[in-house]
Amino acid sequence: MAPTKIRTVGILGAGKVGTVLARLAISAGYEVLIAGSGDPEKIALTIDVLAPGAVPAWPAQAARHADLVILALPLSKYRSLPIDEMAGKLVVDAMNYWWETDGERTDLADPETPTSQIIQTFLPTSRVVKAFNHMGYHDLDEQARPSGQAGRKAIAVAGTERADIETVEGFVESMGFDPVLAGSLVDSRKLQPGWPAFGANLSAGELRRLLELGPADRPR
Amino acid sequence: MSIEFGIDSFGDLPRGADGNVVSHAQAIRYVVDEAVLADQVGIDVVALGEHHRPEYSISSPETVLAGIATKTSRIRLASGVTVLSSDDPVRVFQRFATVDALSNGRAEVILGRGSFTESFPLFGYDLKDYEILFEEKIDLFHKLLDETPVSWKGTTRAALDQADVFPKTQSGRLTTWVGVGGSPQSVVRTARYGFRLMLAIIGGQPARFAPYVDLYRRATEQFGTAALPVGMHSPGFVADTDEEARELFYPGYREIRDRIGALRGWPPLRRAEFDADVATGSLYVGSPETVARKMADAIQALDVGRFDLIYSAAGTVDAGARLHAVELYGTKVIPMVRDLLSSGKLASRG
Repeated sequence: MAPTKIRTVGILGAGKVGTVLARLAISAGYEVLIAGSGDPEKIALTIDVLAPGAVPAWPAQAARHADLVILALPLSKYRSLPIDEMAGKLVVDAMNYWWETDGERTDLADPETPTSQIIQTFLPTSRVVKAFNHMGYHDLDEQARPSGQAGRKAIAVAGTERADIETVEGFVESMGFDPVLAGSLVDSRKLQPGWPAFGANLSAGELRRLLELGPADRPR
Repeated sequence: MSIEFGIDSFGDLPRGADGNVVSHAQAIRYVVDEAVLADQVGIDVVALGEHHRPEYSISSPETVLAGIATKTSRIRLASGVTVLSSDDPVRVFQRFATVDALSNGRAEVILGRGSFTESFPLFGYDLKDYEILFEEKIDLFHKLLDETPVSWKGTTRAALDQADVFPKTQSGRLTTWVGVGGSPQSVVRTARYGFRLMLAIIGGQPARFAPYVDLYRRATEQFGTAALPVGMHSPGFVADTDEEARELFYPGYREIRDRIGALRGWPPLRRAEFDADVATGSLYVGSPETVARKMADAIQALDVGRFDLIYSAAGTVDAGARLHAVELYGTKVIPMVRDLLSSGKLASRG
């Protein structure tokens, strides 16, 4: 399978993370559709101020027209995803289980089942790749920089198909970060809260080193 | 523009003269002492945050504010924040109206969802109702501010039918802010109700929040509500020298940051991250000159009308050092910031 050509990015979620990723994607030259929980009118002003150039859309619309769909909504709302419009699409999962906003959810907190696998199961024909979840939204916003510039930070990527991983690595690169392969969707748990790489705002070399560590080995 | 300066505390437990961490009761009395000093040295506002965790002594800010009210004469008395989602808007209004009476009209409230969730199980609320609880309660609180009989109906609280609520405030309207951490929807909602916006900036570069101030102003235009001053609050600490401030602040700050971070799956704080936050992020730690310069830069970058320093973020610091920090903030930092902002000394620095 050849890497997917990305022209239009659909972002589902117009909160802290969604608006930052929209801004980065606009800067990178993509066409961006962004959706909140419903009517695009409700987020029009927010998008106009925080991510000018991105187009507010209904979730289904954003998914349908996108070459790559980014999930940036609260994880607990994943059942509201427009499953039909996402069929066959490349999906970047930037979500985390965050009990303080998601509520206590034993189904999302099973350490043996990474949350991106739950999403892949829910979207059986989509091609789910995890990326952008481990870096805080402040850091995403402040740290994007051109390729080769000193101090560039890394974003870990985990997925199943080699071609999809390469596409997302290229996308990460275009958004202003060095991609670092974190492995399969099973390995994506290493990017979740409680693991050393979670919260990482580091160079590719430093991030690779953290990905080697288990959940208990937290270096100071 | 005239800028107002406040101090914020969550009632962290400092160390007493014997070097031991003090009790909750003593920590509350220290907060009162600090507020009394703040009143004397020209600080405009003291804001006390509601928490329900062992490292913080203040779970009932307005009770502490009532104590401060009768010992002070000019400082304004605020919460920072009142966790409205897990409280009753009628009771919140009544308690602040009472502080307003005790203080001759100096009470104000900062409403929020809080950065913790302990209050939900404590008061019998379900986290799955996080959104609806705040949405409904802020709506009711907004109606109560008119101080006329209120009729209201929702799903999270008993309905009210022409309910009149007492006491009325001295000024006729309680100054109300909403504390927002970075959710654009919360910024828009604050503008929709015509409340003041208090940005909680506890990480990242302050200038990053400038678009949120813009969003608030644009939203008030769209809704036809008043564009009131925007405020910011950030953690910090002042001592006589930069080095002293950093060394006093870091151990207690790290301890709390790591304890909370562990609950949220963050790795422990590294000294390099701390130093970077002091240099360019949202920690206002240093000598009066350093803190003043950094505050003036942030105030100018964000065009805010109020800056509140969370001075208690040093956790288990020596109580005497903390009192000294309040004194330095009032006697040195605030005049320096005013001077920097009025003299245009910042403009040339880019």
